[in-house]
Amino acid sequence: MAQRQVKKRKEKTFYDYSLLAVIIFLCVFGLIMIYSSSSYAAELKVGNSMYYFTRQGAILAASFVAMIIVSKMDYHFYAKFAGLAWVLALVMMVLTNFTPLGQEFNGQKRWLGVTETFSFQPAEFVKIAVILTLATLINRIGRGIDTWRGIALALILSVPPFLLVAMNNLSSGIIIAGIAFLMCFIGSKKKGIYIFGVAAVLAAAYLFVEYGEKLVELKILEGYQLERIEVWKNPEAYPDTGGWQVLQGLYAIGSGGLFGRGLGESIQKLGFVPEAQNDMVFSIICEELGLFGAVCVILLFLFMIWRFMIIANNAPDLLGALIVVGIMAHIAIQVILNIAVVTNSIPNTGITLPFISYGGTSVGFLMMEMGMALGVSNRITLER
Amino acid sequence: MPEKNSKWERNQVFHRKGIVFFFLAVIAGCIWLTGRLAYLMIFQSEYYMAQADELHERERSIKAARGEIYDANGTVIATNRTVCTISVVHNQVTDPERVVEILAQELSMDPEKVRASVEKYTSREVIKTNVDKEIGDVIRAYHLDGVKVDEDYKRYYPFGNVASRVLGFTGSDNQGIIGLEVKYESVLKGIDGKILTMTTAAGIELDSMAEERIEPVPGNNLILSLDMNIQKYAQQAAEKVMEEKGAKAVSVIVMNPQNGEILAMVNVPEFDLNEPFTLNMEGTGTLTEKERQDLLNQMWRNPCISDTYEPGSTFKIVTATAALEEGVVALEDTFHCPGFKTVEDRRIRCHKTTGHGSETFVQGVMNSCNPVFIEVGLRVGAERFYHYFEKFGLMRKTGVDIPGEASGIMHKLDNIGEVELATMSFGQSFQITPLQLLTVASMVINGGTRVTPHFGVEVVSADGSFVKRLEYATEENVISQETCESMKMVLEKVVSEGGGKNAVIEGYRIGGKTATSEKLPRSLKKYISSFLGFAPADDPQVIALITINEPEGVYYGGTIAAPVIRDIFENILPYLGIYPEYSTEG
Repeated sequence: MAQRQVKKRKEKTFYDYSLLAVIIFLCVFGLIMIYSSSSYAAELKVGNSMYYFTRQGAILAASFVAMIIVSKMDYHFYAKFAGLAWVLALVMMVLTNFTPLGQEFNGQKRWLGVTETFSFQPAEFVKIAVILTLATLINRIGRGIDTWRGIALALILSVPPFLLVAMNNLSSGIIIAGIAFLMCFIGSKKKGIYIFGVAAVLAAAYLFVEYGEKLVELKILEGYQLERIEVWKNPEAYPDTGGWQVLQGLYAIGSGGLFGRGLGESIQKLGFVPEAQNDMVFSIICEELGLFGAVCVILLFLFMIWRFMIIANNAPDLLGALIVVGIMAHIAIQVILNIAVVTNSIPNTGITLPFISYGGTSVGFLMMEMGMALGVSNRITLER
Repeated sequence: MPEKNSKWERNQVFHRKGIVFFFLAVIAGCIWLTGRLAYLMIFQSEYYMAQADELHERERSIKAARGEIYDANGTVIATNRTVCTISVVHNQVTDPERVVEILAQELSMDPEKVRASVEKYTSREVIKTNVDKEIGDVIRAYHLDGVKVDEDYKRYYPFGNVASRVLGFTGSDNQGIIGLEVKYESVLKGIDGKILTMTTAAGIELDSMAEERIEPVPGNNLILSLDMNIQKYAQQAAEKVMEEKGAKAVSVIVMNPQNGEILAMVNVPEFDLNEPFTLNMEGTGTLTEKERQDLLNQMWRNPCISDTYEPGSTFKIVTATAALEEGVVALEDTFHCPGFKTVEDRRIRCHKTTGHGSETFVQGVMNSCNPVFIEVGLRVGAERFYHYFEKFGLMRKTGVDIPGEASGIMHKLDNIGEVELATMSFGQSFQITPLQLLTVASMVINGGTRVTPHFGVEVVSADGSFVKRLEYATEENVISQETCESMKMVLEKVVSEGGGKNAVIEGYRIGGKTATSEKLPRSLKKYISSFLGFAPADDPQVIALITINEPEGVYYGGTIAAPVIRDIFENILPYLGIYPEYSTEG
């Protein structure tokens, strides 16, 4: 493999400071928004309005250091442990799903650990593991990914983690599937099968929406899934049950107008939008900063994704490119799905907004991924 | 950029294409989401904003001040005292220790009790209501976070028990319960204002949000004809005679006979308007709720308008007027009183059992001679007498502006035989209210105009500007001038030479008529002594009626009631600008 390269020649190396800047900006902005959206709930719940803010801040600070360290490491080094990470991820998911070590909070069994403080969501680690293993696989088999054997290998590597995660956390499962799909799509020269795949998924979605009731009758869909679709179609018909969160989010977004109520001035965060600092944080951004603020946030993410594209396109080798593509897919899918859910553009599913939503595990592994992307950027050599 | 890795170099074109394609797809997704956001935040903004506002807004009313009531001199007799409600909003309290300490100290409350309220997790916990405004202001001046001082109005009557049954009082919502407070509810009541505040999901108000305020409109003020000086004096006089005579109750009405303006209406015992639910009698320790309520209703009742009685001899004014109008009697007609008169099979006695002997009609009135009035009544006849009852307004209410007025209790025309007619002619066997009698008497002496007795004179707005003058129905020429002049002359003679001589005031021409009515059943030997007087007799400016309910000992109206009216007149006539005249004829 491509080991003998770069530094010996004393070429000027690259480090994507633009990406670093946008990461720092998003993290700080996220902290501000977490404080704004959670202080009321935190005061009520734990008597300390800074509770979520300080926790998130501490985790961010620690993971920022980790990110810098990772970014200085050679990705070829940790890519060697991709298989190990994959196995470890599966073990963690099995432990979470099938042993008492799996912790259940808010009615969802997604945490691995002992107590609420000492636990994390292994699904976030699974994402990194899948990115690394698929990148390693495609890098190793090269054009082999265009063969049925290559596709089968990719499926073997991505389907078990997808299933284990989707068991308790469908949205994370969808993200993992999306990452795997996009990495294979980009790694492959034969795009036809992927376009067919997209078409199949869209057709299935159309069937779900249009013929949900029949599918329930045929026992293909579960009743609660159909209900989610119904709520999505008309949230105001279910204000007290499934529609509450979405509806409150829409109230928040609609109240924002062009320039919003002003930072910190949201009313919907005062107990109306449940867990405003989590999945629904974007609705509070809309309420406080208006359409202007919301578009700025979207542009920031677009800028970040653009930087990923630049890094991936200029990566010194296929491995680095694919790692960055995985990260790019991860961020893009999560941002688009989150905003789509908050604006009730798609049925509700719990997806956090990267860097901004509260969640220690999520932000910790996100920062690792950022470190990896920065690390790839650092391997790019510039020649004069 | 040239790359080093050969495999990468080989692959990168289609890889790059894929990545760019993906990036373009992401841009497309972002554009779609931005469009969706723009739709929600621009075109749907109004809709969702309205929904959100509806969710956030809480309405709090601001009580409007109730209009004040003034007497004829512009003295305020019913007003509002600002009281405060002190409450804490748990979430806004920043320094609970200080809050507990200051509230306990200023409100003289048990610190532990205050602490319990402060620490209680509710959106708003009331610590104390009806706190004096001064204390409320002091507490407000501390600027304690989370402590709310809300102002409210409580009705306050500076004169306490004066004219209590006339003025009435208000309930917890500042609505009138009895008396003028009820009658003029629509005048006095203001329009409550509103505060629209934003609240959290838990209903806690947000201080930072601008609140929308609709200011309350205070009620209008009412100016009465009642004169508190006369009222107070009349009350003292009534209390004095009630105590001296051990009477159950004494009522005094003082009115301007020319226009029906009531200057005073006393019903002793009065009660304290500021404590209307405290019984004004003793020995009420072990009462059931119903007994207590009955006693309260009794205490609040206004006998002058709500209780009927047999007017007795004061009613002879009406009989005499009817007879003069009908021309069935002339002032000089002579009668003979042997001490009784036999009507059908009944022998009806005169109060003077030995008889008044031969007397003119005028003397008959002065003597209050029953046989004379029986004779006169019989001359008028049942049908015509009944007609006068109707014409003089005795068959209907006076229309006074206080609720709870009773109408009289009267025979049906078909049931009036000679005996009934005979008793009616000297004021027995039917019942009217004291105010009805006074209204009829006013008509007799004011030249035949039936006036509506009333208290309310003028409505002014809270800032004192004129709103409206209250109008009352009058009916002129109900009685001929001639009859009126005769009656004034006769009634003056009653006082100057007849049974009302205890009402004589040096230098004044007083007219009047006494009465002693036996309460039903007669066997109880309970009486109502009364005296109706007016002055000056030739041009009456003031008319007064006193009824003494169940006096002990001497019970003759001329003996115990007339002196009270004299006492009152002696004081209020100069006060009203009517000065004594000493005739040069001597």
